[in-house]
Formats: sequence, structure tokens, C-alpha cells
Amino acid sequence: MAAPIAIHLEFGGGAELLFEGLKEHRVTLPSQLEPWDMKQLLVWIQRNLLKERPELFVQGDSVRPGILVLINDADWELMGELEYQLQDQDNIVFISTLHGG
Amino acid sequence: MPVLCSACTEKRAVLKRPKTGHSLCKECFFWAFEEEVHYTIVAAQLFKPGETVAIAASGGKDSTVLAHVMKLLNERYSYGLKLMLLSVDEGITGYRDDSLETVKRNQEQYELPLKIVSYEELYGWTMDAIVKQVGLKNNCTFCGVFRRQALDRGAIILKVDKICTGHNADDVAETVLMNVLRGDVARLRRCTAISTASEGEGVVPRCKPLKYSYEKEIVLYAYFKKLDYFSTECIYSPNAYRGYARTFLKDLESIRPSSIMDIIHSGENLCVREGVKMPVQGTCKRCGYISSQALCKSCVLLEGLNRGLPKLGIGKHHRLHDKILSQQPLTEKEERKLKSVDF
Repeated sequence: MAAPIAIHLEFGGGAELLFEGLKEHRVTLPSQLEPWDMKQLLVWIQRNLLKERPELFVQGDSVRPGILVLINDADWELMGELEYQLQDQDNIVFISTLHGG
Repeated sequence: MPVLCSACTEKRAVLKRPKTGHSLCKECFFWAFEEEVHYTIVAAQLFKPGETVAIAASGGKDSTVLAHVMKLLNERYSYGLKLMLLSVDEGITGYRDDSLETVKRNQEQYELPLKIVSYEELYGWTMDAIVKQVGLKNNCTFCGVFRRQALDRGAIILKVDKICTGHNADDVAETVLMNVLRGDVARLRRCTAISTASEGEGVVPRCKPLKYSYEKEIVLYAYFKKLDYFSTECIYSPNAYRGYARTFLKDLESIRPSSIMDIIHSGENLCVREGVKMPVQGTCKRCGYISSQALCKSCVLLEGLNRGLPKLGIGKHHRLHDKILSQQPLTEKEERKLKSVDF
């Protein structure tokens, strides 16, 4: 039985607008049998934090193309993307690139 | 298990480059990103020493990174350029006024002079007023045409030799796709050019130093360097046609990241078949600006706005240009067609 884990979430590049304009969220994921992974985190975010327009954040099992994900300041593509298993005190950043430059 | 940087093999990698697939640490990424822009500038001979260059700045991610990198490279490689920031205020409440605050901060952060030109002072119309008359379907046409001219006018006031814009690889690839989807062969041929030549009165040559820089890398560069930029979608953009091309391109990128460079490559190497009718470049009979018709698009659009005929300039009305120039009245049928607006 895994202990609950504290995660620091950050939203930037306009993504914060889907989360009531709040850029930082400190959340605690409840304990469960298997370790938490990014795929489950996305489902959790959609259920508990996403206030509107889910199609602007998630697409299928993953994030909408155009949203960058950083895990502890590193590209999630280097960490296994959806399969990455979350650890206590991890920092996850979601940056949207879908706006004018 | 942390992945090591493939360049220095010492530090932990922080991103996987879509362009090359390499994993790089922060410092090696900054270096690669900056050096590639430098190479692009040198290979295409974008600037000459002693030139004054206006950086088109909106406060957004691309122009902020462009300003930062241009200043950095100008110093690192002694380009000998005099740089300044040029901004356009389209008069979009809640969007442009906020992003202009960012540009003003950029002016202080990068210590560059700043000039702001507005649609209000140039044309007598803000985008908010235009949308009220024109609706939400074709308003981007007005904004794009007016902004192009506004940048040129601002550049002439500043007496610069060149303008550089923050268009990135994703933008150029989207434009190629859009022009294919809309059958715009003339634009398709021109849109991948990295710089435009100066032809005609009131047109300042412009270039795109970030043409081969992926949007993802621009965002991560700004993030890791903690650059200050404004990031909200224009309130009128959800209806823009470009959105379809962008969604398609993003999906393509997630499957095969090199698609973006490949589409640009396809666009650069397209050849138009002999015998295809192409527009010939001339000048506007009313204002002298560059134009392929008797009246430039800007004059036509403005005429439409001022006469309460919002559809003038949307679609093909070349036959009416002569009537407008000679100030002949339009027939009732013509007026009715030009008034109808879909919101």
C-alpha cells in the first residue's frame, strides 16, 4: 500500500486559464495500491482541478498536442511520458504553446 | 534514471530536441539554440554591419525570445547592428493593452528603444471597432493586412534599414499548409522566403531569423531563461482559419517531429508549372504601397469600413476597384452584396 504523495503542479503559457487562473497548485494524491503514474495524474487533474473545456488540456490519454510537460524541470519525453511513476515532492509543469508570439 | 546530455555527456539532459532527437542539458540547449539562429542569419546573409534593425515585438513568446537572442548574438558576434523594438497596437481590449505592458518591460530589460504605432492613429479604426462592423469571420484579414502596413509605416518613421519578425518554424509550416488548403499558389511560392526584398515605396525589407526554430524550443528557451512574455490567445482568434492548420500540424508533430522542417523544405522547393497565372507586382494608385491590383488591400478594406460595406475586400471585387478610384457610385445590387455580414 503506497503512502499519499504531495505533488507541486504549475500551469503556464495560458494553460492556467483552465484552472481558475491559478498558476501553482500543491496537491496530495491519495494513497493507492499501485504507484501513481502520469497517465493517472492526468485523469485525476481532469476530475479534480480542471474547471472548464477539458478538450483544451487533454486529448485521449495524453495532453493536447501543443502542451509541454516538464517533470522536475526536464522534458517528460526523457522521463517516459505517461509511464513515469510519480514520487513524493515531484514538480510537474504544464506549459501551453498555443497562443500568439 | 536521469538521461545524460548527448553533447557534453556530463550534465543531466532537460529536453529532447524535436528537430534532431538529441537530449541536451540546459547550457548545451541554450548554446545549440543560439548558434542555430546565428547560423541561419549568417548563411542567409540577413544583415549587414552598421544597419539599423527594428525587431517587431508583440510581447509574446516569439518576439521576446527574438529580441533576447538578437541582442545576445549582436554582442557575441559583433554584428554591428543598431537594434530597436517596434510594436503595433491594434486596439484589442484585454489582449493588446496587456501585451504592450510586456513590451514596455522588455524595453527596459533589454535596454532597447521602443516605438508603438496604433491602428487608431494610422487608419482611424481599432480592431474592436472593426469587429463590430465586420463580424468574427473575416476580421483576421483586416488585422493581418493592416498590421503588415503598420509595421512598414513604423519602420519608416524610425528610419530603419530592416524589420525582423519572430515567425518560427511552426508558423511557416502552418502557412504552407494553409496556402495548399486554400489553393493560394502565389502565396505558396513566396511564403517560405526567409527575407523579402525591398520593392516599392513604403516597404521595408523584413526577415525571419527564427524561421527554423521550433516553437517548442522557443517556449523552453524562454522558460529556462526565465524570460518575461505575455501568453494569451487573441480573443478573436478562435475563429481564425489558421487554427485548423495549427491543430493538424501539432498532431503531425507528435507522431513525427521532423514534419515541421519537412513541410518547410517541401514549400521551399515547390516549383510552379509554366502557364499558371501569377499576380504581377505594382503599386497602389491611391497610396503608393506595394500592390498587385489597382488598389492595395489596405485601401480597399479601409474604403469598405468607411462606407459601411464590410465585405469590400473579402473575396474578389477587382472590377469594383476602378469604380472606387473614380468615385463612381455602386449599383444597389453591388452594395447589397457587400453589406451582408455573417457573425
